Parts: sequence; structure tokens; C-alpha cells
Amino acid sequence: MAKFTKANSVGEWLDQRLNTTTLNKVLMTEYWIPKDINFLWAMGVLLATTFGILVISGIFLMMYYKPDVNLAFDSVNYTIMQEVAYGWLFRHMHGVAASVVFLIIYIHMFTGIYYGSYKQGREMIWISGMLLFVVFSAAGFSGYMLPWGQMSYWAAMVITNLFGGIPFIGPDLVVWIRGDFNVADATLTRFFMLHVFLLPIVIMALIAFHFYTLRIPHVNNQDSEELDFDAEAEKYLSGNKKESKVIPFWPIFISKDLAVLGIFLLFYFYLVFFHYEFAMDPVNFDPADNMATPPHIYPEWYFLWSYEVLRGFFFDIGPMKAFDIGLAAFGFANAIFLFLPFLDRDTKILPAHKRPGFFVWFWILMADLIVLTIWGKLPPTGANAWVGFVAATLFIVLFILLPVISKIDAKKRGE
Amino acid sequence: MSNETNRRDFLGYTFAAVAAVGGAASLVGMKKAWDPLPSVLSSGFTEFDLSTVKAGHPSTIMWRGKPVFILKKTADMQPNKRDLIINGDRYTIAIGLCTHLGCIPAWKKTKWKCPCHGGEFNASGEEIFGPPPRPLDLPPFSISGTKIVLGEEGPEYKKIAAAIKA
Repeated sequence: MAKFTKANSVGEWLDQRLNTTTLNKVLMTEYWIPKDINFLWAMGVLLATTFGILVISGIFLMMYYKPDVNLAFDSVNYTIMQEVAYGWLFRHMHGVAASVVFLIIYIHMFTGIYYGSYKQGREMIWISGMLLFVVFSAAGFSGYMLPWGQMSYWAAMVITNLFGGIPFIGPDLVVWIRGDFNVADATLTRFFMLHVFLLPIVIMALIAFHFYTLRIPHVNNQDSEELDFDAEAEKYLSGNKKESKVIPFWPIFISKDLAVLGIFLLFYFYLVFFHYEFAMDPVNFDPADNMATPPHIYPEWYFLWSYEVLRGFFFDIGPMKAFDIGLAAFGFANAIFLFLPFLDRDTKILPAHKRPGFFVWFWILMADLIVLTIWGKLPPTGANAWVGFVAATLFIVLFILLPVISKIDAKKRGE
Repeated sequence: MSNETNRRDFLGYTFAAVAAVGGAASLVGMKKAWDPLPSVLSSGFTEFDLSTVKAGHPSTIMWRGKPVFILKKTADMQPNKRDLIINGDRYTIAIGLCTHLGCIPAWKKTKWKCPCHGGEFNASGEEIFGPPPRPLDLPPFSISGTKIVLGEEGPEYKKIAAAIKA
């Protein structure tokens, strides 16, 4: 055992036993951040905060929520909304945060894509981030089901049915996932477990991993300049703060994050208090009815783009059924971002505005995702179906073209 | 030296074997825990009198929590190999869930139309537009007189099921 001497303060006592001084340096005061990064890099702290809000408001909701098909709807819409003091606040905070967290995830993701932060050396940051996105999606979906309204029920119906498209085991798999022949009590209770326990701890573990992946390659910057972090840190520590290209995360850089966080929280609470309805679909205030589908069903806004890819293929092509094409396209859309570091063949890390082909590719992708999102909410009939088909096809083509486009950019620069 | 290594290897392999068996057994247990409960599997049969249906207006009855469409065809609706013929009347019997992703199609005069992805089925339950990959599914049933019992496979069911497959 190490030698312990009498400590003169609580801090020293803890330091002897837990090495808190070193820990603080590694995580905070000597965790180096490039000076040249803009507000878009604050999204990580925003996400961590939003996740914290989700966990805390979720704990308060869980104390009154009842995971039973006969009680769930009223426990949310009567008990929590009417009876529990500030129950409405916790519900709106939880619902709005669940929606806003995806907005921030998308900004975070596309910042990474724009500045090439997923490339050489930072692949694990990107991959762990995409895994987080997948688990967040699962958590969002399983939570959406819990109030047991009409939209909850039919969303569960559609999403569980997606597994039916898997060859051979599909239909049995659907029954297994649901625990019943249709979406029923067994489905609700197991999704409750996933939403309040299993998925949150997986998310926490992945967040820790995501932070860790950042520690060795370090955070990218606006010019994608390759910094020698050790040398720059040395400069900073020797007092040459002006010349050093890095600053410590705590207490210097965090001040910028906190300023952005302040603005974000104003926006968030504005939504919570004045526009919570944007995260509360009116259809979901009808209790679930397994004998009547609402006339038009659609997911929350953050899933619309992949939903539109799924239903964009509405006619059979040769021997392939429209259903299978749509499902394959949906699988492609959800998995392809994971492979981005390997599809981008440009040998250098550069921001998009220094890669002409990639710059165009990036903004077409953004426009396509917006089109998919808008048309994902419209009824899939007539001309709408064709817009969906073209946008869904374009999405796939963009990713097939990416290796070529990124290679041409590198060649033009003479590499 | 080598003796000792072998002993450790043996312990290692033994542990691996025990862990593999235990791991596999728990996976089986966990898989089965999510299977439908016996009470769900045995959820009863549903009986329905076909003579109560009006031609051209499908009835929807609930079986195993799912809607089942029963449509008595009118004279101008095309006959089909999957029609159930009782006393000269032709019926379409189908599980009322879109074979695409499972929402309930609504009856619009001559066809069923899905609300969610725009799929359409004709009066015989065959897909005629949109993403549904196959006709509406046939629930197992048996017939006695004009009564239909959903949940058991009678000869009439087997005949229609074979006709659909062919």
C-alpha cells in the first residue's frame, strides 16, 4: 500500500486516496483544446446537458408512470399532467428535450462532416458517435411508445414490422420482439424496460467511450490544421499563452461552451413553456386503438428523412419487391454514415470549403435531407410519391459517388 | 515448467467450457423470456356468423388482437381463387393489416387503402398499388354452416391457402 501521511485538508485527503489532482489535470485543466474552433464545437456540451435533463426529468416521470396498457395513457395524460405538482413541466421538459437532442445531434454530426472530423485518426470518434446516434434513436422510439396513444401504438406497429422484412426469420422475429401476435402489454413493458434502464446505461457507457476516443487524436479545428498538442501545451504551460495554439478545457474553453449553452437553454425553455406542442403530436392524445389506424401516420420530425427513404420506393423493379427495396434502402440510409471515414478517399483532412467537389456534395446532401424530411410528413400519394422516390434515390447515389468525388478533389490539389 | 503451463491451460479450457455452456444456456433462457406467454398463445378462437354480412360492406372482427376483414362480394366484384364460397356467396377473408408495415387499410368503396404508405388492395385482398409485397394474409379458419371459427385450420382454409400459394 502507498504511504499515507496526515492530510491537512479534505482535498488533500481525497488526493492521497483518489489521485484527484492528476485526474483533474487529465480531464480538465490539461485537456487541450485548439483555439481555432467556433460555436459549432459546443454541441458536445449541449448534448451532455440535454441528456442530463432527459435523465432527471425521466426519473420524475417514472415515479408516476404505469407501464400497463390499461393504465399507461391515463397515468401520463391525467396523473402526471393534471395531478402531480409540476408533472406537466417534467413531461414537457422530457418531450421537448427528446426532440431537441436530435436537432443538436444532427448539428454535431454535420459539423463533423463539414470539417472532416471523422477522418484519419478520428475514425473511432465518428464510429462511437454514430453508435450513440443509433442507441439514441432506439431510446427515442421506445420512449415515444410509452404514453400509449394512437401514434405511439402505430409507430410501434410499423417499427416492429420492419423486422419482418429480414429474410427467413422475419415473421417469427416480429412476434418475439412484441411478445404477442400484435403490439400488446408485453411489448409495452419490455419497451419500458429498454427506455428507462437498458438503453440509458448503454448510452452512458457510449458517452464515456466517445469522450475517451477524443483524448488521443484530440479535437479537430476550423482549418483542420494538424497541431502538435504536446508542443503547444508546453508553450502554454511555460507561460507563452499567446503563441500557443491550444487552451485548457477548464476553465478557459468551457466558458465559450457555457455561453453557447446559455443561449441554447433559453431556446429550449422557450419551447418548453411556449411551444411544447411541437414535440407532442395531437394524434397521440387519442388512446391507442388496435382496431383503427389514424388516417395518416408519420414519425417525429427527426426520423422523417429515413422514413421517407423507406417508403420512397413504391413500385417493384424487376424481380425485386418494392417492400424489399425500401427496407434495403432504409437499412442503407441508417448504416451508411457509419462508414463515412472509409468512403471519403481524400488523403487530407480539410474543411469542406477547401474541397470543391466535397463542398457541393455536402450541400446537396443537406438539401436532400431537408427534402426527405419535408416529404416524409406529406401523404405519399401522386406527385409526392415521386418526389420521395427521387430524393431517396439521390441520397443513395450521393454515398455511392462520395469515394469518386473525394478522390477527384485530392487529385485536383495535385496529390 | 511445461507441466505447470499445461495445468494452467487445462484450468483455462475448463473455465472456457463451463462459461460457454453457461453463456449459451442463459442466452436460450433470455430468448425464451421474450417469447409470447402461454396465455397469449392460447388466446381463444373467435366465432362469427357470415350470414350477418351485407354485400360490399366489409365487417371487421378482432382475432388475436388483430383485425380480420370479412367481405361479402357483390356481383360486379371479380371472382378470385382465394374466395370462400358458401351457399353461392363469395367472401374475402383476410387479416386486416397491410402486409407492408402493418397499419389497417380502410375500405374505400371498391378497395382497401393504407393510410401510412399508400398501399392498395382490391376486393380480393390482392395488392394493386404501392409498397405492400403480397396480398393480405389469410387467417386460419374453419367453417360450420354459415359460421366461421378463426384460429383453427379447416379443409376450406387449406384449399384457399394452397390456391394462394399456387
